[in-house]
Amino acid sequence: MTSALVVDTALVLLVLGLALWITAARAAYGAAVGFVAYGLLLTIVWVRLAAVDVAMTEAALGSGLTGLLLLGAAARLAPYEAAEYQRRPGLGLRVLVGVLCAALAAGLAAVVLLLPDPAPSQALAVAAHLPATGLGNPVTGVLMAYRAVDTLLESVVLVPALIGVWSLSTEMAWGGRPGFLTPWRSGSALPLLARVLPPFGILVGIHLVWAGADDPGGKFQGAAVLAAMWILVMVAGLREPPRVSDRLMRFLLVIGPLCFIGIGAAGIRLAGAFLAYPEAYAKPLILAIEVGLTISVTAVLGLLLAGPPAPEPQYQRQSRRRS
Amino acid sequence: MSGTTLFGLCAAALVGLGLYGLICQPGALRKILAFNLIGSGVFLLFGVIAQRGGGVLALAGTGRDGDPVPQALVITGLVVAFAATAIAVTLLVRLAETSARGTLEGDEPPPPAPSGERRP
Amino acid sequence: MSLALDLFTIVAVTLGAIFFLAGTVGLLRFPDTLTRLHALTKADNLGLGLVVLGLLPQTTAPFGWIGLIAVWLLALLSGATVGQLLAEAVRPPEWDQTRTPAASPDVPPNAPEASSHD
Repeated sequence: MTSALVVDTALVLLVLGLALWITAARAAYGAAVGFVAYGLLLTIVWVRLAAVDVAMTEAALGSGLTGLLLLGAAARLAPYEAAEYQRRPGLGLRVLVGVLCAALAAGLAAVVLLLPDPAPSQALAVAAHLPATGLGNPVTGVLMAYRAVDTLLESVVLVPALIGVWSLSTEMAWGGRPGFLTPWRSGSALPLLARVLPPFGILVGIHLVWAGADDPGGKFQGAAVLAAMWILVMVAGLREPPRVSDRLMRFLLVIGPLCFIGIGAAGIRLAGAFLAYPEAYAKPLILAIEVGLTISVTAVLGLLLAGPPAPEPQYQRQSRRRS
Repeated sequence: MSGTTLFGLCAAALVGLGLYGLICQPGALRKILAFNLIGSGVFLLFGVIAQRGGGVLALAGTGRDGDPVPQALVITGLVVAFAATAIAVTLLVRLAETSARGTLEGDEPPPPAPSGERRP
Repeated sequence: MSLALDLFTIVAVTLGAIFFLAGTVGLLRFPDTLTRLHALTKADNLGLGLVVLGLLPQTTAPFGWIGLIAVWLLALLSGATVGQLLAEAVRPPEWDQTRTPAASPDVPPNAPEASSHD
């Protein structure tokens, strides 16, 4: 047994232990705290799987932003939890479900053990055609060139998701400010952090986008970091979230997809297919789309966490939140 | 057994655990958490397949290992999973605000009965 | 020379790991939240600092050491902030008597005023 395998085994045991805790913990708040730690451990797993791009996304989005979302929801829903717990299914049913789920896991494990060897792969094709895009990072190449339709649809689908969140406001609150991120008003530690950290965070976010062309990184990772800085400023109470009726904010939300669709449509004339890039301008065009998408994804991620617009009095009443 | 296979088995266990939580946890927020567990297990399976597919790159003598196609799919998947979680959480908070409960059960409020007798 | 640097790395990283171990034991064994916070922030500040110090001679990338030191500084900043926030959240209510409510000059003028204290 090599030393690397020992480390991997310990890592897997930690991940499974935290997953058990998330499933079995009595309080949802504790489970959400466990989910944040679980996301950070998964980040290490992704690095072990030689997927540094995914590891960055998991750390920023899967652990950080999702964790904040779940922690906020757990704090809000805590009053209803005792009644929920009484609705647990009986012991017999839980054992039956447990056996069936174990059977499913065993089936998946068998699939993993019986995967074909050598594995089918597109990696060589990507490596062969990567120089045509002018990019050095194959993951960015796949996202922006070979599977650009996926990325386009994904960046478009974020906007309906935000519209869905906004639609859950009450009639009276429409047009107001999102109400999930109630500012913290006790002490001065968080406002200090929200003043000191964002300059560095914004630098890191922009660096991730810029470096993503050739090294691990990219628009989603950079946008998640930028959105986190924005959320920090909002939670610390230094800036209020923008009103959902703000026209400039709405324009920023769609500028990325519009840029993507526009350049994609121009590809029909210039390169003969939708979302194809003329070879001489491939890299500048991809960079333009990346910058536009970074702006839009940052705005969408921040506003998804900020929640639906709340009536103004409620926004002020909930301004001190403790769990 | 290699580390990659070990992570694959871990992913299979995560999907099973998440499915158990999704069915057996009564609270809707716990169901969302369990659903995210299933999601991360599926993503991890993708990662294992990407790592195995990268073997051809190592054979061809290029520096990077890991198939970029599944990795790019997982990155898009993570962003969409976050958006779906945000919608689910917002729906749930709205449900709790309007009906004062955090489950997806029927209309009547839960009776103060001892635990372990009601079934969904 | 390289042997001396390797020895330095081994010693510093081991010392850092000992600090992490002590911090974890403190987290598990100390009686209340404030003392646990003390153990945890010690592990973060000194343990991570020693690990970073030990890794500095091993960086091969140009300016890689700046990244390592930045990681340590960011962990210091976030650890100090989280420590303050947690300590504030668990502070016994009677301690609040000595503080005047208007003692936070950092509240910006444009934020909505809150009056409710729980």
